[in-house]
Amino acid sequence: MQNYSIFSLVKNAFSNHQNWEVAWKDPEPKKEYDAIIIGGGGHGLATAYYLAKEHQLTNIAVIEKGWIGGGNVGRNTTIIRSNFMYDANARFNEFGMDLWRNLSLELNFNVMFSPRGIINLAHSDAQMNAYARRGNSMRLNGIDAVLLNREEVKKYIPMADFSDDVRFPIFGGLMQPSAGTARHDAVAWGYARQADSMGVDIIQHCEVTGFEIKNGKILGVNTSRGNIKTKKIGLCVAGSTNLLAEKLNMTLPIETHCLQACVSEPVKPLLDGVVTYGAGHFYISQSDKGEMVMGGDLDGYNSYAQRGNLPTLQHVLTGGLALFPFLSRQKMLRTWGGVMDMSMDGSPIIDKTHIDGLYINCGWCYGGFKSTPVSGWTFAHTIAQDRVHELNSKLSLNRFTTGELLDEKGLGTKTWIG
Amino acid sequence: MLHIKCPYCGLRSQKEFSYGGDANVKRPKLNAEVTDKEWDDFVYMRKSPKGHHLELWHHTSGCRQWIKVKRDTITHEIYQTAKIEEQIS
Repeated sequence: MQNYSIFSLVKNAFSNHQNWEVAWKDPEPKKEYDAIIIGGGGHGLATAYYLAKEHQLTNIAVIEKGWIGGGNVGRNTTIIRSNFMYDANARFNEFGMDLWRNLSLELNFNVMFSPRGIINLAHSDAQMNAYARRGNSMRLNGIDAVLLNREEVKKYIPMADFSDDVRFPIFGGLMQPSAGTARHDAVAWGYARQADSMGVDIIQHCEVTGFEIKNGKILGVNTSRGNIKTKKIGLCVAGSTNLLAEKLNMTLPIETHCLQACVSEPVKPLLDGVVTYGAGHFYISQSDKGEMVMGGDLDGYNSYAQRGNLPTLQHVLTGGLALFPFLSRQKMLRTWGGVMDMSMDGSPIIDKTHIDGLYINCGWCYGGFKSTPVSGWTFAHTIAQDRVHELNSKLSLNRFTTGELLDEKGLGTKTWIG
Repeated sequence: MLHIKCPYCGLRSQKEFSYGGDANVKRPKLNAEVTDKEWDDFVYMRKSPKGHHLELWHHTSGCRQWIKVKRDTITHEIYQTAKIEEQIS
């Protein structure tokens, strides 16, 4: 594999950039693999990379019905954080933060990880108390957390509405200085390129049509490009999880919903890190290109449409305008939607299943992107060793039956409340 | 914007409604002995189909009645609505 560096850049400039090697190949599927990952998004590609790198499993394939990185890894708002209260989520994601910090170097691909901090704003004394508690929990797990008062928040975001007559005045906020953003596409491409260089077959435009199962054991997968034998299958298909579960006669604690995001026209540097509004569901950051990147609520009803509905966007941006009045003068550049695998307690699932050789990785709700490296790392361990790693031992599929839920903020689909 | 035909009030904007999820989910009988699995299935397990979906909506800012809606989860087209006690094919 060609190494990316300033020297290779200069060298290729002399040939008008016509002689770069392809970053990953386009192989025909083989008849059999040691393991197959379904889903060529961030998590699937990361899983393949760590299977090859950490577990020396290189006779494996990633199969993807569209093109790699065309789903949620190319549609998210790129936020990376580990500001969780529960031990299981905090340790899992903090391990992920360590992977993020070294990722560009490790992949020899600039993923533009930019740890400029995240501030969750509080708008009442009760919310400040809750954040103090969450911050203390984070620090007990070795995660940086700083409780900011109103004046300290003002230093970070002076353009927010700090007037006295607003409905939800800013009382303060909880900051994780080491949180940040990254270039989402680069994460998928970087993992794909390294996985490919270690011998992983990345097979695009290959849709799963069924599974070969005998006596409770995985024997293979049927695809639009033929049947492939394998003893191990890892599902990493986010918003399509329910559809593949149906082919497996499984019912999961997952509902598929549409989540929208939008960006404004680019403006000069204005906002340093990520800010979330505490009185509504709205978060914002500024991309390296200068666009304000914004998101918030789900559309609110089951959806497989990768596009959103205006009432939700209007509702989300109403919260945004209350926080940052300057947004009213900005033009919207693009809006889009992605389909989320909403788990019923708001936390992900990385586990074995009742079918021997079938492993599942789903339930990422609003925040799959930040966990891409650690999800791949733990899922690769689970598949290769046929047992869960300590880090994902609480992200179990049966926690809904045992009652060991990880209901971090009550962010599940909440369908039972109505 | 979805427009939902409330069987009591007629065609209204989606903003008047709140979503109640899959209408095929049945709560176990009150006071009956239920296994963990039955309760688990009722509270958490969902099919979440692609295509036709029978679901509950609450006309929160209208007549406050729960209604049934048959909707497409890809196109969002609404095929049929009915009162809660009525059957939808």
